[in-house]
Amino acid sequence: MDRKKIIFTLQLGFTLAVCAFLVVPVVLSILAGLTVNYFIGLESGLTLRWVFEVWDGYRDTIFRSVGIAMACLVITLLLGVPTAYVLARSRKRLARLIEELLVLPIAMPGLATALALIATYGALGGFRTSWAFILVGHVLFTLPFMVRSVLAVLSAIDLKTLEEGAASLGAGFRQRFFDIVLPNCRNGILAGSLMVVTLSMGEFNMTWLLHTPLTKTLPVGLADAYASLRLEIGSAYTLIFFLMIVPLLLAMQTLARPRPTRFICDDAVNDPVPETQQ
Amino acid sequence: MTFIPPKPLSIQLQSCAKTFADGTRVLEPLDLNINAGETLVLLGPSGCGKTTTLRLIAGLEQPDAGGKVLFDGEDVTQQSIEARNVGMVFQSYALFPNMTVAENVGYGLRIRKLPAAEQRARVAEMLAMMRIEALADRHIDQLSGGQRQRVALARALAVRPRALLLDEPLTALDAQLRDALRVEINLLLRRLGITTIYVTHDQTEAMTLGDRIIVMSHGRVAQTGTPREIYHQPASAFVANFIGTMNRLRGEMKADGFACAAGLLRWAGAPTASSELLFRPEDVRIMAEGEAFDLAGTVAAAFFLGDRTRLFVDVGDAQPLVVESLARCTLEVGQPVRLQVDPRGLLDL
Amino acid sequence: MILLFMPAALFFVAFFVLPMCRLFLVGGSGPTGWAAYAAILTNDGYFNALLATLGIAAATTLATLLISSIAGVFLQRHKFPGNATLVAMLTLPLAFPGVVIGFMVIMLAGRQGLIGAVSEALSGDRLVFAYSLAGLFMGYVYFSIPRTILTVMAATEKLDPRLEEAARSLGASTWRVMLDVIVPGLKPALISAGAICFATAVGAFGTAFTLATRINVLPMVIYTEFTLSANIAMAAALSFMLGAVTWLVLALARTAAGATVAAAG
Repeated sequence: MDRKKIIFTLQLGFTLAVCAFLVVPVVLSILAGLTVNYFIGLESGLTLRWVFEVWDGYRDTIFRSVGIAMACLVITLLLGVPTAYVLARSRKRLARLIEELLVLPIAMPGLATALALIATYGALGGFRTSWAFILVGHVLFTLPFMVRSVLAVLSAIDLKTLEEGAASLGAGFRQRFFDIVLPNCRNGILAGSLMVVTLSMGEFNMTWLLHTPLTKTLPVGLADAYASLRLEIGSAYTLIFFLMIVPLLLAMQTLARPRPTRFICDDAVNDPVPETQQ
Repeated sequence: MTFIPPKPLSIQLQSCAKTFADGTRVLEPLDLNINAGETLVLLGPSGCGKTTTLRLIAGLEQPDAGGKVLFDGEDVTQQSIEARNVGMVFQSYALFPNMTVAENVGYGLRIRKLPAAEQRARVAEMLAMMRIEALADRHIDQLSGGQRQRVALARALAVRPRALLLDEPLTALDAQLRDALRVEINLLLRRLGITTIYVTHDQTEAMTLGDRIIVMSHGRVAQTGTPREIYHQPASAFVANFIGTMNRLRGEMKADGFACAAGLLRWAGAPTASSELLFRPEDVRIMAEGEAFDLAGTVAAAFFLGDRTRLFVDVGDAQPLVVESLARCTLEVGQPVRLQVDPRGLLDL
Repeated sequence: MILLFMPAALFFVAFFVLPMCRLFLVGGSGPTGWAAYAAILTNDGYFNALLATLGIAAATTLATLLISSIAGVFLQRHKFPGNATLVAMLTLPLAFPGVVIGFMVIMLAGRQGLIGAVSEALSGDRLVFAYSLAGLFMGYVYFSIPRTILTVMAATEKLDPRLEEAARSLGASTWRVMLDVIVPGLKPALISAGAICFATAVGAFGTAFTLATRINVLPMVIYTEFTLSANIAMAAALSFMLGAVTWLVLALARTAAGATVAAAG
């Protein structure tokens, strides 16, 4: 037993160290955004001045990021949910092929995708300089996550038999889709949605190449701030980013927690209404 | 009981075959006639084509070119399942997880756009008929297997289907529950008088529920008949072995009977050229000292089953004979035993 | 059915397939023509950058898999109060952009960094490595851990405990069970998680961009070619090759793991 305890303690210590590695910089960063003077340290006092400065200067980029994330969500829902359904009901080989293709935008570096888009559509002035250009990149990047999330849920239920059941009761395709398919992938849609919004708000690799001075997003503004302004402002900006994204991440984690399954036994004598259930 | 199903439906299948996309032929051209109001059981091992036949009747699959499905003489082959108005109960029940029991049962009524009040009344009637009123607001994952089965039946019947199609509905349940539900379903089907097609691989279900049984194998019909006909007059060795237990003895037809290693079987009727005779365990009697007997053997194994004892008797043939005996039988392994076989139960196939 | 799929397919073709083809053509349209595609191997500068990129990605993958396996299996197998909090903390950096990661690295290993302060207090020498490959490595591990840990934990949950029980009933020690049952059971997940980790590290840009100065990885080279040298043909060729390498790694991992490789999340 002693040996087991030692192993446990060692593993726990290791895990705690890793947690510290991940969390401490975040804490430092938050503090830096609230400190009057980073180079002096905490002795210089705490202030919200930097946060307000960031808000004043970058409010529109923050709103733009949120806007793009929302638009990205809507588009991935409209494109992704039907795709996931098609994949769930398709023959194995075809579904595999389409899944492979869908993963490509994630496999390709953001730089490559952005360059490709610029090379193809860069000449279309109006499109190039609008936030829609960035939106397209975001959708390409986040669509596979939405599809995968919904597909995972749909694959876990026997979709074919459920649809046959509904069909045997007279439901046509449209009714089946809205009455049976959509309600049963609600969790997948929710998880996928959180993922899409989170990824869109944090996307940088593509956006840095796709943006123009008039279509900056939050991460882009962040890079600007670090490059040209005080560390405290960059940190305050990061703080705002954390405030926006951490609730989303926590929500995702809560969703991912598995719910306990209950087994209800049949009691042939007391059926059909057993008083107690296990 | 206000449930009155519409006029019972007669169903015909003409030359219905089914070949899957990868080339496997699961059903050879089949002709089937199902009488209005009867309960027909499709019985056979996995892969024999019984579920495919059911799905052809339902409209979930289309027969190969040239096949026809007729409802009351009307060709419905091109109709998809949504339009056929049949009630179907699936092996896994296919209950909708996003709806309560009441919503599940009422789904078909919602599709047909019945007035809300009538929907409620019909659902209540169905729940009462299946004795699950207390479960109305439960969700599917809060139900036991037996309860789900009843919900599935209630849902299928709520729309007043012209026929009821059941695909191995009891297979997922444990033995004791299956026995209880078998009786219930039997009573329900008799009371409703609805045309029913029931698919199963369990012969007890088939015998209990079927007005007629169709035994299938490898995509073909092996035999059609009532339970008694199938049991007592199997048309082939396959059917004989599939239904119940069958004993077989090898030997040769002689002037005074069928001679085999352990004795002589009394054979009624015209002499047969068969080298093998078959008979059921219940047609064998254990004879006491001094009584006339046909075969002499030794007990190879004895299993006490509660209500009876099953003996395996070695009679010098390849397989021992299976003999059913009284529960309180005291025969032990190695003891000699004398058997008499009822000539009416002898079959040559 | 096809109708449902049409919008997504059209979008994909218009904004990914076509641009990728265009990129491929652009890559061969520069002053050196199609030789640009071989430049990644022939040109010293590019080749070094490629090696650096692959090297750091490989190192990141190994380190991350090791760390995530130990921590992930531990957290999944032992339920204790605070477990959920630790998991939450470990998966927090999941969506941080490279910029933020770069900043984290500076916080830890920069001139005013925590590690520097600690090392100065301990040994007198201030340890500053944020702006080198070591700093980049740390950054890459930082954002890779959350993703791999989730995959490892999910895979650990799916492991059948009965296999381990069977091994133990046959006399296997804890160590042998680990080697013979758990690691082989996790292998597909580890391979797929490792592949994504590698692919992400190869294509990562934001972190290197923030840490700038002396770091010479391929994404940075592509960026400078595009923006500073206006050499779009070379940038296109290099980025296409980068994409090809990444895709190849993922494809190999897919065949090795035998299942669809899931990218993050």
